[in-house]
Amino acid sequence: MTTVLVSLNQALRSCLADSPDVRLLGEDILDPYGGAFKVTRGLSSEFPDRVMTTPVSEAGIVGVGVGMALRGLRPVVEIMFGDFMLLAADQLVNHAAKLRWMTGDEVRVPLVVRTPMGGGRGYGPTHSQSLEKHLLGAPGLRTVAATALGNTGALLRTAVLADDDPVLFIEHKLLYGSALLPAGIGAEFDIQASEERYPVFRVRVAGAPTPCLTLVSYGYPAEQARLALKALAFEHEVFAELVVYTQLGPFDDRPLRESLSRTHCLLTVEEGTRSLGWGAEVVASGLEAHGSGLRAGRIASLDLPIPAARTLEAAVLPGVESIVASALALLR
Amino acid sequence: MNPCDDPLELYRRMLLIRTFEERVLEGFSRGLVYGTTHTAIGQEADAVGVLSCTRAGDVVVSNHRGHGHFLAYGGPVEGLAAEMMGRATGVCRGRGGSQHLHWKDFYASGILGGTIPLATGMALAERERRIGHVVVAFLGDGTLGEGVVYESLNLASLWKLPIVLVVENNRYAQTTPIERHMAGSLPARFAAFGIPAAERDTTDVLEVRRLTQPLIDAARSGAGPQGLILHTYRFSAHSKGDDTRDPTEIERYRRSDPLPLHASRLAAADVQRIGEEVRAAVDQAFQAAESAAPADPRTLTPALGGER
Repeated sequence: MTTVLVSLNQALRSCLADSPDVRLLGEDILDPYGGAFKVTRGLSSEFPDRVMTTPVSEAGIVGVGVGMALRGLRPVVEIMFGDFMLLAADQLVNHAAKLRWMTGDEVRVPLVVRTPMGGGRGYGPTHSQSLEKHLLGAPGLRTVAATALGNTGALLRTAVLADDDPVLFIEHKLLYGSALLPAGIGAEFDIQASEERYPVFRVRVAGAPTPCLTLVSYGYPAEQARLALKALAFEHEVFAELVVYTQLGPFDDRPLRESLSRTHCLLTVEEGTRSLGWGAEVVASGLEAHGSGLRAGRIASLDLPIPAARTLEAAVLPGVESIVASALALLR
Repeated sequence: MNPCDDPLELYRRMLLIRTFEERVLEGFSRGLVYGTTHTAIGQEADAVGVLSCTRAGDVVVSNHRGHGHFLAYGGPVEGLAAEMMGRATGVCRGRGGSQHLHWKDFYASGILGGTIPLATGMALAERERRIGHVVVAFLGDGTLGEGVVYESLNLASLWKLPIVLVVENNRYAQTTPIERHMAGSLPARFAAFGIPAAERDTTDVLEVRRLTQPLIDAARSGAGPQGLILHTYRFSAHSKGDDTRDPTEIERYRRSDPLPLHASRLAAADVQRIGEEVRAAVDQAFQAAESAAPADPRTLTPALGGER
């Protein structure tokens, strides 16, 4: 079984093997520890000169990555927890994202910043967040999210080797152990991938009739939405299709419009807090494209910090049951 | 720009900066220059002295007060004037303006301190290229309040990177005197990270050169990061008209103006000739910039080049 973790690890190994310009930087990423979530395990043993452990200096190391990228290297910086991204927000928003454009396209910044986001592990308010929404609107920054669909390591490889602009690469912690679900028609799901370099996946229950609802999601919540898709079909005879984005920003509304032209009904599913988030952008884009006659709703975390206690955390984060309930309410 | 030890050329470079920046301030009052600016009138010996010790291929990282660095690096006078006037012919096509300049291996940004880890990363990349380039990064006393500077000093020293960090202490962070914004010792900031640093209160371009050359040579030869602390003074306001300093203090520092200080070593005829040449060059650059077309909104290409 190939997990998301294995896929990402193999992708980084292949990047190091295939391009002498690739460097990995991050806190505690050397063997035998191999990073807090083990994404870099084995790589410092294989490429000792090109995998660099760093001090606890998130702003410093993302800035160093920007400088390296400006001068011909292809750095990949790991930020141990996505919550710490805000320490490096200046580097990402004011430097990495702007440099190409503000110099009149004279320079490029082929930097990847990888970071785990998300809750569900009881880590509490500062180690559980999905903060990407605060960075998504920065012009010049591409944000890509790992997924359990298709080959997620290939996404990372594209970001590292084939994208000459800065990429913020989001990895939900609960995805690491998930098995990759290949595109194609399997026993349970029909999964189609678009042609974009950061593809959009369309997921339906195998053999389901024309859908009446579009679920839009990314990352781990897309896995929850996939389970909701199944529950809706088998327990409620409601057939939906799930559109899973891997590139969150800039947002490409074409796959959304295409699906809404069939369903006229939209439910977004994300783990960031509900207000002013990615889902709000998706709904707004859907409305602009579809016009009146669109029914829409959003599933997200409550607008609260993420609590540590299991019972409280579960109440704040979105879950399969709340997706199913919201979908049914929307269609009622 | 090529290394230079010719006293006449050093004078020419300093006068070019002075004349250019005086023209910029004049341009604001005439409505010709738009936006903001931060001039370094009085600090010319730093830019010229330091960068006259660099060689082609070395990387320069500058800050909001960067016209002097840009011109001392050899950046195009007309391109800079045009950038500040929002013309299509500006070095960054009107997108960057006064604080965000890029030309060849010169980079500047208006985020204080945020540039220092970039410079550190550039030094790492240059070391890996093994062709002996160094990075010279300028920062002011005000920027010493930014935490990321210290992360960068730590990284640069830890990894022995070829970078020279030049602190231009003009004694004010915007309007706040250094006594009210910085605790402790300035050289001790470098010492704490094991970075050797030279320190001098000087506006003499030759002395700046004498201090800088060994530091650049050391960084180039693999000795790791080097610090240079230059105590200086700006005669001009922080930006345009926002000066709250005591005029008698400014007058006192004007006695150590780097231009007459260095000109006194030169033949009067040379000084006069260079003065005329520089004025003519700056006139020509500003006229050309003024007659260039304004930056065209149709050139507002999408971020990420329009790739989805």
